[in-house]
Amino acid sequence: MIALEPSVKNRPEFINVRVRRQDGPGEKPYWELHKVKYEREMNVISVLQRIAAQATTVDGKKVTPVAWDCGCLEEVCGACTMVINGRVRQSCSALVDRLFEENSDEIVLEPMTKFPVLRDLMVDRSRLFEALERVEGWVPVDSYYNLGPGERIPREDQERNYPLSQCMSCGCCLEACPQYTKIELTREEGESDEAFEARKKAAYDEGFIGPHAISQAMLFNNHPTGKALAAERLEALIGPGGISACGNAQNCVAVCPKEIPLTTSIARAGRATTLHAIKKWFDR
Amino acid sequence: MAASTQPARVVVIGGGLAGLASAMKLAELGSKVDLISLTPVKRSHSVCAQGGINSCNDQTRQLGDDEWKHLDDTVYGGDFLNHQPPVKEMAFWAPKVIELMDRLGVPFNRTGEGFIDRRRFGGTLYKRTAFAGATTGQQLLYALDEQVRRQEAAGAIEKYEFWDFLGVIQDETGRCRGAVAQNMNTMEIRSFPADAVVVATGGCGLIYGRSTMSVFCTGSAASRCFQVGAKYANAEFIQVHPTAIPGADKLRLMSESARGEGGRVWVPRTPQDPRSPRDIPEADRYYFLEERYPEYGNLVPRDIATREIFDICVNEGLSVEDDRMCVYLDLTHIERSELDRKLGGILEIYEKFQGVDPRDEPMKIFPAVHYSMGGLWADYVKSADGGLEPGAPRNHMTSIEGLYAIGECDYHYHGANRLGANSLLSCIFTGLFTGTSIVNYAASQKSGAADVPQSLLDAAVKAQQDRHDHLLNGNKDSDENPYLIHQELGDIMTRAATVVRKNDQLREAIEKVDELHERAMRVNLADTGTWTNQNVIFAKALQDMFPLAKALLRGALQRDECRGAHFKPEFIKPPLTSDDPVERRRQAEAWCDAFEANNEKYLKSTVATWNSATNQPELTYEPVDTSLIPPRPRLYGLVGAEAIEEVWNERAAAKAGQSESTQPAGSH
Repeated sequence: MIALEPSVKNRPEFINVRVRRQDGPGEKPYWELHKVKYEREMNVISVLQRIAAQATTVDGKKVTPVAWDCGCLEEVCGACTMVINGRVRQSCSALVDRLFEENSDEIVLEPMTKFPVLRDLMVDRSRLFEALERVEGWVPVDSYYNLGPGERIPREDQERNYPLSQCMSCGCCLEACPQYTKIELTREEGESDEAFEARKKAAYDEGFIGPHAISQAMLFNNHPTGKALAAERLEALIGPGGISACGNAQNCVAVCPKEIPLTTSIARAGRATTLHAIKKWFDR
Repeated sequence: MAASTQPARVVVIGGGLAGLASAMKLAELGSKVDLISLTPVKRSHSVCAQGGINSCNDQTRQLGDDEWKHLDDTVYGGDFLNHQPPVKEMAFWAPKVIELMDRLGVPFNRTGEGFIDRRRFGGTLYKRTAFAGATTGQQLLYALDEQVRRQEAAGAIEKYEFWDFLGVIQDETGRCRGAVAQNMNTMEIRSFPADAVVVATGGCGLIYGRSTMSVFCTGSAASRCFQVGAKYANAEFIQVHPTAIPGADKLRLMSESARGEGGRVWVPRTPQDPRSPRDIPEADRYYFLEERYPEYGNLVPRDIATREIFDICVNEGLSVEDDRMCVYLDLTHIERSELDRKLGGILEIYEKFQGVDPRDEPMKIFPAVHYSMGGLWADYVKSADGGLEPGAPRNHMTSIEGLYAIGECDYHYHGANRLGANSLLSCIFTGLFTGTSIVNYAASQKSGAADVPQSLLDAAVKAQQDRHDHLLNGNKDSDENPYLIHQELGDIMTRAATVVRKNDQLREAIEKVDELHERAMRVNLADTGTWTNQNVIFAKALQDMFPLAKALLRGALQRDECRGAHFKPEFIKPPLTSDDPVERRRQAEAWCDAFEANNEKYLKSTVATWNSATNQPELTYEPVDTSLIPPRPRLYGLVGAEAIEEVWNERAAAKAGQSESTQPAGSH
């Protein structure tokens, strides 16, 4: 039951879907046109499910099902990010009826451009998770034994932290960020898995860390136990690819599906890193 | 070298709450963990849990609550099919689990004074439920994900994300010596030798096509264990959540917390009243849960709420819409700011997917398949005080030695119906609690992960490679399409084995599923490639849905009674009809006799064993440990409940009197 405007009540019988495909890393991308029957309450996920089931293009050519990533289908897992009609978003909450309001001819699906394509709409977002390790995004508790309750936390602190903690690592902010550029390495001849992983990690660690990770650093620095690592996190943000790489375009906050106040986090991180640097200078 | 002199090497399959809690605890205990998951663990299905996590707490204690009452509510809500020692252990761990999660940084909602806030959930009269907005599962999962990342950075855990678990490796004695898994991009199949393997792979909702579960909840991992000898218990007990938002690709959960925070379920008294819901006056609204269940109101246990909503739409014709079944779930009488603070996450989901603001307009909802109470059969060791023996190697070990099952894919905790906000608890609890058991098991073995013969590993990999290759190339002449077969399976299962079950429909479904299973084994894939082939991975998962579907249907067919989520109208226990006190008393006596006779026959765990020669499950029945809280009739809202309760209490008192002299008081 999508609350349809009266003017858009008459739906076409079919939906044209243009998909930018790529068979594997480093392969040449190509476009493919699919046609699926319109159904009530469709989203991009159900469109892709129909495409997988029919595995035939609009010209009747047999093709492989389009590969894509998805999970919860209710916009809380962050898996199904892609570029839909030119805008990065979650495909589960991209409702076909709404997309028609943007473009009534066809739906255009592309993989995110800031991550290496694995296949079709699947990309490798390991760099995104790597950044969470870079900022030590965790609370350094002593142990997982029962040691009684945590500290009391004022409601204002909870209300400040909870929105930041809803970041589902979907990558929308990174796709939209002009300073976040794609890092794609190819395996060298004879290179072992471990050596390739290590080389990737090193390259990722040099690149811009991204708004999501800056925001996570601020989340943990505002936790009574988490802030034990505050200085380490700020060091990570001061280093290469840290906060100074942010160009303040503010695209991140505009595209975040969870409306996380990313630019507020970045501003806080800016002040905190400055203070940290001054303090360090005095402590020399 | 004896395994006890080296750190235990454990493979954990699944990165939801149970798998992450297990990996984290095992790492703390000095084990090396390989964590295998179909998806980056941060995206596991636990993120979808909304409402909260239960424990008795300082507030409820002062109102008379304690761990025993949490245990009592859980087993009463579960219609006494729960195994009581593990539930008792869980109830006593619950406050500690929440304290640990609090220390790990979960942003639980707070009271004005900074304490953890609580709300009420179904099947209890106490406010036991701690919550983080309406995305509690997500927040708990993230806290564990962060700790696992920390342990990974420290070198104790290695994650294998986008790896599909294909099967266990067993030696000639049947003991589990590791796992085989496949990289979902490179399609490489490799072995992971281990001292022990933990399966924490959640539920099997995808068997029903659409459910509230995530796309990877196919049950295939549990099925792959089942098919090589692990027993599977209580498959027929599937929770259908009362409130979900219907959708083309999935049925999206609308948390019980909406009712916990005061949401009211109603339909217009006039069928398909054309007025907008806000224009329908109170007198013309039928708050059927509140009218039928004055004590619990909108917070009756889930199986009951589900049946009532189903009944209102199917039998009474009072669905809000005429071409589709749904009822109103109304929050519009609650302050907007309050709703935003406590339910923001789920209201946004409704708004995004339905285009209507539930703060202004009642939501339209209908029941959907939600949770598997059943799962892999697993053992436990009962302690002297009626709980579980900490560190006993057999705790949560499946019928395959060295293979453990925890979380939604075990079967002990939720009986015939799970109470809301108990699943997050059981997942984290089992993950934490079994750590020492697994480590002790590993230490007791003479031959460990490093000693597994290469030939055993190679053979296990080859068997999986053969299956893979056959799927890619073996059915060239067939036109069976895995996606279409999945739709058919979903339709059959949804029709025959959800809210109302009838034996003729179950028999028919069994036949159709048998036939569909054969067709699924012949699928011809559109993609025969060797890179990121999702087609073949899905085809394997589809094939592996069938053994569980068959166990489920067979279990439902053979269980001729109503218990929790398993409802067969043919075997319903009738309400009392007489107003005459003597006759009413006689009816109540007869009711209790029938109840006891039924328990004698059916208060048992259904245990399925897979027979690969016939491709069918074989069922046996096992007693349930109800030693702590004697089973009693579940009487929520039944006509004549008082009379039945009176008779029952007299009988219980008489029994207690008899046994008191011989048995020390074991329970409260």
